[in-house]
Amino acid sequence: MKKTMYEKIWDSHLVVDEAGQAPLIYVDRHLMHEVTSPQAFEGLKLSGRKVRNPHSILATMDHCVPTKNRHLPIADPIAKKQIETMADNCHENGLNLYDMKNPNNGVIHVVVPEHGFVHPGMVVVCGDSHTATHGAFGALAFGIGTSEVEHVMATQTLPQKKSKTMQVVVNGSLSKYASAKDIALAITGKIGTAGGTGYVIEYTGSAIRELSMEGRMTLCNMAIEAGARAGLVAPDEKTYEYLKGREFAPAGDYWDQALAYWKSLTSDEGAEFDTTVVLEGADIAPQVSWGTSPEQVVGVDGVVPSPDSFADEGKRKACEGALAYMGLTANTKITDIPVDLVFIGSCTNGRIEDFRIAAEVAKGTKVAPGVTALAVPGSYHVKKQAEDEGLDKIFIEAGWEWRDPGCSMCLAMNGDELTKGQRSASTSNRNFEGRQGKGGRTHLVSPAMAAAAAAAGHFVDIRTL
Amino acid sequence: MEPYLKHDSIAALMDRNNVDTDQIIPKQFLKKVERSGFGIHLFHDWRYNDDGSDNAEFELNKPAFKGAKILVAGDNFGCGSSREHAPWAIADYGFNTIISTSYADIFYNNCFKNGILAIRVSQEQLEQLMAEINANEGARFTVDLENQQVITPAGNGFTFEIDPFRKGNLLSGLDDIGLTLKHVDKISAYEVQHKQNFPWLWA
Repeated sequence: MKKTMYEKIWDSHLVVDEAGQAPLIYVDRHLMHEVTSPQAFEGLKLSGRKVRNPHSILATMDHCVPTKNRHLPIADPIAKKQIETMADNCHENGLNLYDMKNPNNGVIHVVVPEHGFVHPGMVVVCGDSHTATHGAFGALAFGIGTSEVEHVMATQTLPQKKSKTMQVVVNGSLSKYASAKDIALAITGKIGTAGGTGYVIEYTGSAIRELSMEGRMTLCNMAIEAGARAGLVAPDEKTYEYLKGREFAPAGDYWDQALAYWKSLTSDEGAEFDTTVVLEGADIAPQVSWGTSPEQVVGVDGVVPSPDSFADEGKRKACEGALAYMGLTANTKITDIPVDLVFIGSCTNGRIEDFRIAAEVAKGTKVAPGVTALAVPGSYHVKKQAEDEGLDKIFIEAGWEWRDPGCSMCLAMNGDELTKGQRSASTSNRNFEGRQGKGGRTHLVSPAMAAAAAAAGHFVDIRTL
Repeated sequence: MEPYLKHDSIAALMDRNNVDTDQIIPKQFLKKVERSGFGIHLFHDWRYNDDGSDNAEFELNKPAFKGAKILVAGDNFGCGSSREHAPWAIADYGFNTIISTSYADIFYNNCFKNGILAIRVSQEQLEQLMAEINANEGARFTVDLENQQVITPAGNGFTFEIDPFRKGNLLSGLDDIGLTLKHVDKISAYEVQHKQNFPWLWA
């Protein structure tokens, strides 16, 4: 039988498949951060169980960590306790932790690929919905809850229901200045935040092949925003090139063995997907979200929609609510919307490529009066690389703040946040109400779009720059 | 986990789609290292005014919904983040049942790990239930998981589908990990094979 890549990975990881219970699948890699793990460690301890395979785990601290003045103690006592608990738990269980002071520290989904910890064909989990990021390597990677974190630590397996398969084809090539982020937002806009529910997406087509590994990570990262369990991109030469020589990548004879296996993983010619969605790369304009759900997006050359433009009653009501929350009027041109704060960073857009393109746009500009602009690298390695390339100077000269790595304003747990009514251009992944601070208004964009908005003080169609 | 028993309870209504986990439990409450005590923060930003008083406009603050164990909500409930703090907050607040047309995957899984029955209904059924609650706020529904039935005073009752594995675990209150560890020999055997097939993962 012809199989999709998802089906190949699924079949090779089935441990138990018996009638009357959910199939058990094996987990190769388990990623951790401080927010969703403490209760799992507590549960493990209370039940007298041990971590089955400590080498399968890589942990970092990212959600609550300050992005400036790291040498000072964490001011928030509850965050401080969570950070300390993470360190204690990792120490007690012999786990590899990149703590706040470690030069490898950063956002989990940025750090893990940097060290070659995820390979094609693996099953990868993390108590974090953006685990989908690692699908960029052709790994089945998905977010789990804290009870499941405990389950995986204790058993190295998870009871799972097999997903349906969705192929998202992006034909042709992207236009200049459209990016992986714009593809992700355009897909979410097209199929909705529940469009992928119950599915694993495989992204195919020439526009996907043309994406760098960083771009593929951005794309897969937001598979969850379309409701999908995971996103996948078939591995190719770019994948192998990226992995080769990294710390946890196979070496020596193992490299050739692994490579042969990875090459066998791509979906068979003619394998059937349960559903297929097609986009034309050239049609994807730089996207801007206007509402409070990642499906509420429009091209930068568009306008804020009117509730009446939605035939569906639920969508009409959602539009009304979003416009009220966002303080926007229907039919306002997107390029007329002002911004107060610009954030470049997160597991979606906190990689070197993101800072390169943003710096290209920011070079020689000044942050507009009244606007605050934050550049928060996804990891210390990204930070160092950017500094080696002189990108930090470009941002600083343009009036940006150049920070230490962390999740920062993506979910505003660490003190970096919007105040009520403030409006951001953000390269993160969610524009939910209050996501970046209570009453804060988030517009999701690509790094180039964010950098242009910082200089202009409002959104700009970067294709016209 | 407490076994899920047949019960009748007030059904509260949230007539909103795409309720995300950032609303269910906003991020400022995710820093605790315990599982308990999240109920008072459930829907915090909608539920409380800036001065900390109850927001009378928020549906769950209606006196008629006080003590509700059943939550009837719009499409795609629980979308967004994987935070299990969301079902912890829902359960701690007192809900043990959610009725909606659809749920985000991770949230749905998380519910069943915490004794919450998440029931899927058709759009038509949901609209009937919503209309019934709107007409009679405080109406009590009966949920019978054993027989996969919901009964309502106005006769909008229905039977629902549920995965037998999830149903069994809810009814018995059994721990998933314990069930999986019954297969520990199979896991060990798989690992032996895995080491042969993928030695580079174990190097």
